[in-house]
Amino acid sequence: MSTTRLEVKKTYKLFIGGKFPRSESGRYLPAQSPAGAHLDNYAHASRKDFRDAVVAARAAAGGWAKATAYLRGQILYRAAEMLQNRSGELVAEIARSTGVTPAKARREVNLAIDRLVHYAGWTDKYAQIFSSVNPVATPHFNFTLPEPVGVVAVLAADEPSLLALVSLVAPVILSGNTAVVIASEKFPLPAATFAEILATSDLPGGVVNLLTGQRAELAPHLATHMDVNAVVDGTGHAELQTTLQGGSAVNLKRYTRRDFQPAEWFAAQAEDPYWILDTVEYKTAWHPMGV
Amino acid sequence: MKITRNLLATISHPIIPLKDRRLNFGAKWDYTPSLEDAKPYSIAPRHELFINGKFTAPASGHYFPSINPATEQPLTEIAAANAADVDRAVKSARRAYDRVWGKLPARERGKYLYRIARLIQEKARELAVLETVDGGKPIKESRDIDLPLVAAHFFYYAGWADKLKYAFPGKTPRPLGVAGQIIPWNFPLLMAAWKIAPALACGNTVVLKPAETTSITALRLAQIFQEAGLPDGVVNIVTGAGVTGAALVQHPDINKIAFTGSTEVGKLIAKAVAGSGKKLTLELGGKAANIIFEDAPLDQAIEGIIAGIYFNQGHVCCAGSRLLVQEGIYPQVVKKLRDRIQTLRVGNPLDKNTDIGAINSAAQLAKIRELVQSGLAEGAALQQTQCTLPAKGYWYPPTFLTGVTHAHRVAQEEIFGPVLSVMTFRTPEEALERANNTPYGLSAGIWTDKGSKIFKMAAKLQAGVIWANCYNKFDPTSPFGGYQESGFGREGGLHGLAAYCRLD
Repeated sequence: MSTTRLEVKKTYKLFIGGKFPRSESGRYLPAQSPAGAHLDNYAHASRKDFRDAVVAARAAAGGWAKATAYLRGQILYRAAEMLQNRSGELVAEIARSTGVTPAKARREVNLAIDRLVHYAGWTDKYAQIFSSVNPVATPHFNFTLPEPVGVVAVLAADEPSLLALVSLVAPVILSGNTAVVIASEKFPLPAATFAEILATSDLPGGVVNLLTGQRAELAPHLATHMDVNAVVDGTGHAELQTTLQGGSAVNLKRYTRRDFQPAEWFAAQAEDPYWILDTVEYKTAWHPMGV
Repeated sequence: MKITRNLLATISHPIIPLKDRRLNFGAKWDYTPSLEDAKPYSIAPRHELFINGKFTAPASGHYFPSINPATEQPLTEIAAANAADVDRAVKSARRAYDRVWGKLPARERGKYLYRIARLIQEKARELAVLETVDGGKPIKESRDIDLPLVAAHFFYYAGWADKLKYAFPGKTPRPLGVAGQIIPWNFPLLMAAWKIAPALACGNTVVLKPAETTSITALRLAQIFQEAGLPDGVVNIVTGAGVTGAALVQHPDINKIAFTGSTEVGKLIAKAVAGSGKKLTLELGGKAANIIFEDAPLDQAIEGIIAGIYFNQGHVCCAGSRLLVQEGIYPQVVKKLRDRIQTLRVGNPLDKNTDIGAINSAAQLAKIRELVQSGLAEGAALQQTQCTLPAKGYWYPPTFLTGVTHAHRVAQEEIFGPVLSVMTFRTPEEALERANNTPYGLSAGIWTDKGSKIFKMAAKLQAGVIWANCYNKFDPTSPFGGYQESGFGREGGLHGLAAYCRLD
């Protein structure tokens, strides 16, 4: 009778509308360590999965945008708390996926947590900084303020798989947008683990949806989807960028790209409140003054 | 008392019940013409390109006629720039950026813009007359709305030139380089001002392409730049049609494209610049809902509806072209509208009495007619003024369509003419649903006396500009631009600066 315990392996699934479905296509991909060892399998998202994720994101958009800025801030801070609480899990995931030392993985996780805390504080401040009261030359009261653009597709950078994702997604959702995120293609497991942590924070289902799989396969559909309002492209990949921006023209999605080398995601330049402005619309309202 | 009764007894025609009474001015509404004097202002028989501070003949060797849409008489001929001309203009702009404008202290840049603003104010009457003759808009509007706003735009952005760091807290704003700007024919000078003033204030140089039917005032503006001593090449103007614009969009040495025009062309441009790294802002079409509630101040609202759709012959991207009326007041609104449009005077744009000028071109007139026909074919009813239109020129009487449904083309497509589609709703939620049921999102109007209703509606309308109890108001300090397929980026105000800066 053997005493060796058999390890339980899991398949990393998609995160759509607060639930963890497998790909509707039934497809999966094997994740490997840098040395070539099989780690675990993860879902290989299809075009239909992307469409389902957009439906979930759209359904969540109204409620999330309507939530008070104070509440959104508390929820993002809660996500940072959960991340801190389960940071060991993420450190291990990054280390085994990418082959970096646990100390380096720890540095990435810590920075991701701190960035989330930083952005949590922007929810109820960015509108004050970036809005205006406009001194028009007619007797009208006139003001301009930002509001969320709607559903945003976010393509994470390959590396660093967790930090880049958090740095790209936080400024998108803090204003009230919902996101469909395509995880790092090279290292999908840390992103999938991050989604499992988000699911236990207070973030409403559908605010962040996460797909793993092949970016080049999803990109043309993502770019031309008629119910996506904006694309934030962290791939740094010229060919993908052209596909995404060109496709976005079909319904004039707002397209932004962030070209960073892996090390640059750790620098101050990758934490920028002006990024919030890439996925907001400015609304200007006029009203006459008089009796 | 007795006398009155006797007088009443002598009235031969029947007394119409109050509720059915109509304003019927008949010939009494014909005013004595009051023509703006256009004689002092001559238009040269030929207009060249403006490149590197000089008017130069096009490499293409081609010229195209520019006509007065109110008379169909040719005014002048305009140079058609080809790709080689555009290249010359871009090179000139690049040289000016590298050698002069990019190095000039911000305060000096501002002073040039102030000087330009003053020259525009001085020549405002001439520019207004030219704008009206070339484009067909009433002199009342070009004189009292377009030109004051043109000067105000230059004046406003002049002051920003040396204050940009305050516009972007925590950042160092820098110019982008050479901006390629393509503008439409509905507000030729005003659109040029919206584009040129912020671009120059932020330290960029410019290649501007006016619309082919309205190039005259842009080239007159070029003379003002010469007179202001603006360094050569800081602003270049290439005239021509779509091919010229395409050459500008595709030029590899352009850093930024700003386009105002149709959504169709905007999408082509967005596709063309994909992957090029060029920064892009688009100000495109609209199909704005003007929503009028039962508790609205009705007579004010009627004036707002009129201003919303018939201003500039309806050649306005933010025109309130879909009127959503709450059911309870629908009969009154239709009656008042029918009466009010009878009082709009259509005719010679140079007449100071004129409310509705000429349609900008034969092509635009054909488009308006086609869309109205489609509305009638789909079941809408026509309400039109009974005015006499001039024999020559392009004209369309103020019109509204009742019985329109949201599926009709006239409720979905931009007509860009003096044609209003009238629909009804019952609840604020229904009004929102209907108002937002379009791929556009440029502007919207709300008419109600209840403040909380305004805020609720304004928050939920998918549009970049919301006019509450007013319509079609513009100011250089007020950002303008659309949601969704009405484009992206803002023009005007503090937010308009972001379109012309790189933030470090």
